[in-house]
Amino acid sequence: MSQPFLYALVGVGLFVLGLYALIIHAHLLRKILAINVMGSGVFLMLVALAGRHPDAPPDPVPHAMVITGIVVAVSATALALILMLKVYAVTGQTALDDEKPN
Amino acid sequence: MSITNPATGKAFRWLVMLLLSAIGGWLAYVMLVLSRSPAGLGDQVAAQLNTTGVGNPVTAVLLNFRGYDTLLEMAVLLIALLGVWSLGGLADYQDTAPGPTLDTLSRVLAPMLIMVAAYLLWVGADAPGGAFQAGSVLGAAGVLLQLAGWRLGDCFSGMLLRVVLISGLGLFILVGAGLLLIGGAFLQYPPALAGGLILLIETAATLTIGATLAALFLGNRPGLGPKKADPEKTEPDHGNQHP
Amino acid sequence: MLHWAFDGLLGTGLLWLAWRALTTPDLFKAIVLFFSFGLLMALAWVRLNAPDVALAEAAIGAGLTGALLLAALARLDTSNQPANPVTGDGESDLVDH
Repeated sequence: MSQPFLYALVGVGLFVLGLYALIIHAHLLRKILAINVMGSGVFLMLVALAGRHPDAPPDPVPHAMVITGIVVAVSATALALILMLKVYAVTGQTALDDEKPN
Repeated sequence: MSITNPATGKAFRWLVMLLLSAIGGWLAYVMLVLSRSPAGLGDQVAAQLNTTGVGNPVTAVLLNFRGYDTLLEMAVLLIALLGVWSLGGLADYQDTAPGPTLDTLSRVLAPMLIMVAAYLLWVGADAPGGAFQAGSVLGAAGVLLQLAGWRLGDCFSGMLLRVVLISGLGLFILVGAGLLLIGGAFLQYPPALAGGLILLIETAATLTIGATLAALFLGNRPGLGPKKADPEKTEPDHGNQHP
Repeated sequence: MLHWAFDGLLGTGLLWLAWRALTTPDLFKAIVLFFSFGLLMALAWVRLNAPDVALAEAAIGAGLTGALLLAALARLDTSNQPANPVTGDGESDLVDH
């Protein structure tokens, strides 16, 4: 058990928490929040694995990937939020209807 | 609590929890195995760092070794903005006049944020920082200005804005193509020029990321929203005019 | 010893904030909890020796994402009141189609 491994486990926990919330919640804004939490969990796992050797300096490649990922995540969130507002404007609901797939 | 889907039954919820704990246990096991695997690419990056033109390994990876990733990432930003703009037609935020505190704060903070962004961009070559961090600080400045009621003037929201939005991706591709023309590989900088080229690309990328994030926050295509009267979109590098 | 206590506290805090942000009935509270989650994430990046990621997270995860979410929530809330003249004409022609 090392310090990066602890954070990797926290990342696993965040991923699972986010996935659970993504499945359970119907409100689209909550689904977007859940996806963001899942993403944070994945980033945490990546960076924790990058620093798995306590003596060597951390691996910069996962760090760069995570920085790219954070910016992509925020742009995807913005697009998802606009889509949610559009769904709301058209249907008047903040959740997708399971019953009528059309 | 009624925040969850009412159609979700209790049995289903237990099933989901069971499956998710299986996924969680499996992921934890994978983490354990991976955390014992030998070193990653850190040594190779360190060995090649003096040919990249920058001293910060993360910047070297982002702009040099994995330049493709950053290039495609700029494309993702642009596509997300195009998606938001093509979906547009949302009402603008209500223009309640900002209080004196927010107004003053935005006037003081925005230039400071722009300076911080420039510092982060410059220092990114050798210390933590770089185009992404600087761009997001610039985007934050844009969001702050929009919250305080500033909108980009008409003369800036047309061609100039679009040039800024596309310059990051465009310059990246131009540099890559130029390197192809002089006989190199795509985005494989000659070590003598690498530092300058990376700084050039990063500057354009910073402006593009900042402008894109600010535009994503506004959500409307400038000048073509449902309310024609509003010249929209703030972009902090040019003179703004107060509505 | 002390750094283990700090890491443990930070990890627990992250998980707890994420759980609260995902289950709080009030959406506004959920988003504010998500803000603080982003700030703690920035701390976690510093602890993991990733200052570059910490800078990006502090600006984006703790600032921009929260601002985007709050803005979307405000637009949801204002469109709940059709009497509002400002959002009214913007939304109505979309609903009619």
